[in-house]
Amino acid sequence: MLELLKQPWHWAVGGLLIGLIVPALLLLGNKKFGISSSLRHVCAMCVPANIPFFQYDWKKERWNLFFVAGVFLGGWLASQFLSNPTPIQISDKTVAVLQTQGIKDFAHLLPQDIFSWENVLTLRGFFFFVLGGFLVGFGTRYAGGCTSGHAIMGLSNLQVPSLVATISFMVGGILSTHFILPLFLS
Amino acid sequence: MSSLKYLLVGMLLGVVFVKTEIISWFRIQEMFRFHSFHMYGVIGTAVLVGLLSVQIIKRLKAKSIEGEEIVIEDKLYSPSLILGGLMFGMGWAITGACPGPLFAQIGAGFGAISITLLSAVAGTWTYGLLRSRLPH
Repeated sequence: MLELLKQPWHWAVGGLLIGLIVPALLLLGNKKFGISSSLRHVCAMCVPANIPFFQYDWKKERWNLFFVAGVFLGGWLASQFLSNPTPIQISDKTVAVLQTQGIKDFAHLLPQDIFSWENVLTLRGFFFFVLGGFLVGFGTRYAGGCTSGHAIMGLSNLQVPSLVATISFMVGGILSTHFILPLFLS
Repeated sequence: MSSLKYLLVGMLLGVVFVKTEIISWFRIQEMFRFHSFHMYGVIGTAVLVGLLSVQIIKRLKAKSIEGEEIVIEDKLYSPSLILGGLMFGMGWAITGACPGPLFAQIGAGFGAISITLLSAVAGTWTYGLLRSRLPH
């Protein structure tokens, strides 16, 4: 059983479990699945700076901070006890393209050529850590949600605005992958 | 104490994020290059399961375990869905992570991603600062 759990899980298993988070949160306390809001609560808690957008009682949204703390702990648990001993199997086509763009490490979930401490203070690091993170934080709040809030929770509730947001996520990601990333990879 | 149950649900989600490899930058690259069905399978299945669950909850007029009525607010139309959506999509491709996986990546031992998370908080903060001047 443990051996089976250590292998990468099929997309259908992952999708099923992620989908079940939606009713789990609704039934536990009428909570809507959404993760990017946690970033707003952190701002409201730590650096509200008299900005109206952060003037609200973040303590009422405390559940969301517990939720993301759980995601962090779950990531730790899985890497400690359910870690897959073999390298990640990704599409040959993706490997081929990324090799031409200078990626060498295909053994980890994240390529160490980019996402290691040594790179943080380089131009490459500025792009992948600082600019990338900034766009995630700014964009999700501007769009009013991320993959969980719009693509999963919103679409589950048949919200057309969430479909617009989800398509925008995809268009932004495709443009960025094909036209911006290559500039900073090689 | 009442918040602990959300910690447990979050833990399950974090484990799933790692084991389905959706915290992997490579999986996000595959998705945006249309080289693999994996991410589409995960998100598509999740939406299908979510959709069925929400429909059942609505039909049964189910209440939460604390007896609270379950109400899901409608999302509103706004140009910010597109503008913010494009920005987030660009960031998603660069970091290989939406906000949830960022937390799981750090937990899974990729400590340098804490810089990405800090920058994401800074991005949200900057949005809050500029909000009144942005088209909505």
